[in-house]
Amino acid sequence: MSRLVALLLAALVIAFPLSLLAGRVWIDPFAAPVPNATLILTELRLPRAVLAVILGAGLGAAGAAMQGYLRNPLADPGLFGIAPGAALGAVLSFWTGLAGTPWLLPLFALLGAGSAMALLSLIAGRSGSALLFTLAGMMIASLAGAMMSLAISLSPTPFAMSEIVTWLMGALSDRSWNDVVIAAPLTLVGIAVLLRTGPALDALTLGEQAARSLGLDPRRLQWLMIGGIGLTVGASVAAAGIIGFVGLIVPHLLRRYTDGRPSQLIVPSALAGALLVLVADCLCRVLPLQSELRLGIALSLLGAPFFLALLLRLRRELV
Amino acid sequence: MLQAQHLILPARLDDVSAVLRPGEITAIVGPNGAGKSSLLACLAGLLAPSGGTVLLGEASLSGLSPQARAQAIGYLPQSPEVAWDVSVETLVALGRLPWRDRDAAAIDAALATMELDDLRLRPVSRLSGGERARALMARVLAGGPRWILADEPLANLDLAHQQTLLQVLREQARAGAGVVMVMHGLAEAMNHADRVLVLFEGHLLADGPPEAVLDQKAIRRAWGIEAKWLGEAGGRALAF
Repeated sequence: MSRLVALLLAALVIAFPLSLLAGRVWIDPFAAPVPNATLILTELRLPRAVLAVILGAGLGAAGAAMQGYLRNPLADPGLFGIAPGAALGAVLSFWTGLAGTPWLLPLFALLGAGSAMALLSLIAGRSGSALLFTLAGMMIASLAGAMMSLAISLSPTPFAMSEIVTWLMGALSDRSWNDVVIAAPLTLVGIAVLLRTGPALDALTLGEQAARSLGLDPRRLQWLMIGGIGLTVGASVAAAGIIGFVGLIVPHLLRRYTDGRPSQLIVPSALAGALLVLVADCLCRVLPLQSELRLGIALSLLGAPFFLALLLRLRRELV
Repeated sequence: MLQAQHLILPARLDDVSAVLRPGEITAIVGPNGAGKSSLLACLAGLLAPSGGTVLLGEASLSGLSPQARAQAIGYLPQSPEVAWDVSVETLVALGRLPWRDRDAAAIDAALATMELDDLRLRPVSRLSGGERARALMARVLAGGPRWILADEPLANLDLAHQQTLLQVLREQARAGAGVVMVMHGLAEAMNHADRVLVLFEGHLLADGPPEAVLDQKAIRRAWGIEAKWLGEAGGRALAF
């Protein structure tokens, strides 16, 4: 185990129990017991923290794999159009009024993610070209975005519209063990699939042609990427809405602490992604605002300046 | 043996056949757009010809698994990119991917052969063009391929390192590897190759020992210039 992985694991092990204590109601283990503390911990904060760790890990791993695949430090798992596809599925569940039925919202989101994955494979699955693949993903993202806007503008009731818009902001509030049951297996399988891309992503360091000369099978890699990104990102959107920037920021920050090979970035990015979402969600809970800050907004607020700094640095390098 | 049999690629190769032998350095030469890189990519199994086949030994190259092909053939592209700022050692270790190991002895030997021992921990972004070209060739050598296919490997090297690389490739050929290079420098092909393939507009114009193939007539036909060779065999220069 590398020092970086050990460090991130230790940070996560420390942060996880601490996160359970933070919130509107602070639980101090050394003070007088808080009423309903067990209930708050086991039914509210624990599933939420577990979900934060799982989804963050999935998004971090997806971002690392995505940047390795596209050989671009600015790539984000959202580029494949799977997150917008999943979001469209979820929006349709609100639109049809089925979102209130247990399991149906995440199921619709997963169907949306699955449809985006199928469409992606159909358009680009045979070529193995990353360029075509990315363009196909952008087309799907654009289509899904347009259909979401259409669904919002044609909302049957103002209440449904408000619910859709709020949900799209992404959050972990009011999540239960049911969401963990849906997201955990899919995300874990997704991360396992992404880990299998490691050697192929390393080979891609030398460009597509040299990578193929090293034994890379571009079509196999494409299938693994569709499966891995689809499962991790699809599960994340299904359980928490759209949470951006994790997949962009985390691998980028960690790259300098690895030997530069994409394969060496996936596990640390999963751990750091888990840590980032866990801490960010904690901050959302404790900020003294009238209503809880949505996690998606918080991460975008954190991510946008980071992205800007990245662009400015890139601009300096180009001048 | 590595054989190209009636290779056809629309607008690039037109019925090109050649038998390449291990232990030899073969130079593929020709003017721009003649199909040199396309032929090399077909021989490396990276471009599927629309007609014809490439045989590695008795087996069709397209029938081999990507891993088996990668173990047998090391390929150096014309404009190699390195997407991430890895160290020289990590870059060279990528050459072991077909074997799914990180054989330290093979990596050390490749670094030593390309005179990169002192640079092994240096990030690729801090290498000069020549150092980078040597590191990329070391990556190919680290895989210990039976065939080394390189697209203009001398392009970024100064004279001393061109000489070193040509010596390294000669040693590889003596050890039994087949070396195939796309080259622009006809003098290097004349002085260092055992055999030359001249391509022109997708056709194989000539195939044979350099002294026999690279005569004034062939140069006039393929490049459209009047040129003459100066000096003795093994140390010739081209005047035009």
